[in-house]
Amino acid sequence: MSSRINTIMMENSDVIIKNWLEIVSEKRKNDYTSSISEELFQSTNREFVNVIFKSLDQEGLTKELEDFSERLVNLGWPLSYLTDGLQTFRRVAIDFILSQGEQIDTDYFSRILDKVDSWVDPIINKLVNEYSGSWEHTVSLQRVALQELSAPLIPVMRDITIMPLIGTIDTERAKLIMENLLDGVIKHNAEVVLIDITGVPVVDTMVAHHIIQAAEAVRLIGATCILVGIRPEIAQTIVNLGIDLGKFPTKSSLRKGFEKALELTDREIVRHEDRNQMIEDIMESLEKE
Amino acid sequence: MELKPCVNIRQEWDIVGARQLGREKAKELGFGTVDQARIATAISELARNIYLYAGTGKVEFEIIDQFDRKGLKIVAADEGPGIRDVGEVMQDGYSTSGGLGAGLPGVKRLMDYFDIRSENGEGTEIEAIKWVR
Repeated sequence: MSSRINTIMMENSDVIIKNWLEIVSEKRKNDYTSSISEELFQSTNREFVNVIFKSLDQEGLTKELEDFSERLVNLGWPLSYLTDGLQTFRRVAIDFILSQGEQIDTDYFSRILDKVDSWVDPIINKLVNEYSGSWEHTVSLQRVALQELSAPLIPVMRDITIMPLIGTIDTERAKLIMENLLDGVIKHNAEVVLIDITGVPVVDTMVAHHIIQAAEAVRLIGATCILVGIRPEIAQTIVNLGIDLGKFPTKSSLRKGFEKALELTDREIVRHEDRNQMIEDIMESLEKE
Repeated sequence: MELKPCVNIRQEWDIVGARQLGREKAKELGFGTVDQARIATAISELARNIYLYAGTGKVEFEIIDQFDRKGLKIVAADEGPGIRDVGEVMQDGYSTSGGLGAGLPGVKRLMDYFDIRSENGEGTEIEAIKWVR
């Protein structure tokens, strides 16, 4: 019985493929694949339907299916193309087999449904798994990449370290900032740490709270924390929110903060005039001759 | 009725989504950078409150265009446990989560209009408006 359904499918594969291609091309007009060229779309359709038939023929997942799905994932084809395509295939196959049957009773009908499901479902599962697997992989890679960027600490010179912060600060990142800050102060033996928030878009109470805590912790291990890069609009919102940042020094720019840090470590920036002086001396002596 | 832009708050990163949408709307309306920062910060506070205390909720935006003035209305609504004493949370320095306790009173100061309705056990709805100057 079920082999009869198989035979119907195999013998009439041309008609089924033709029907399927027609419906899929028709559907395409109002959907997602509009940026893909007609030629590529048609050839992919043909390949797709061949892959489906191949796996029907061998009654299981094939190497071709795996290669095909892997290629589409890499090309970034929408998953909905594949799932829609397979749903259409299910429809077309059931319609066709029903039109071939002489007597149609419920038993025969449910058998056809079972059979067609057993072809289509494993393929759908396989494709969905392949796609979601690749997405998860990408997300986890990006998470790692982001974590590496999230709280860098730069020892610029003896006793002075800088932590530039860029982007949104969430709870997880705030923890990382605190840990890196304290580790860094100990490791680099820093006396002053500059936290630069020029790149932080919004300072709300939570971000401020974390910064205050970090600064307090830094103070406990004997170093000073200077908050730099406070833009005028951020300064106004902090005042509106009523947040007290009075416990540690703050500066508008990294440059000013750095000068303050030098001052705190008993140093200053000095311009050397020697070289100019030397040239002047030479010029003078030349003029005399 | 016109559809209102809305961001559902389900996880911490949705706060960023709400903030960005709000900032975009504020920019469209012609708010200056300082007011944009105020609005973004207010949204951040409201969305974080939803995330921290109610778990899930939503932040809605509405552009108000009256004959004499324009503004952005933010509605933050949740169906969380509600606030027991609204007077208490509007005081500076009050916090149940170990935070700074500047959130809600801060939002009130950042925005021009502020209204809070909360039923114990039925959720909270906060409405805030900033007018374009």
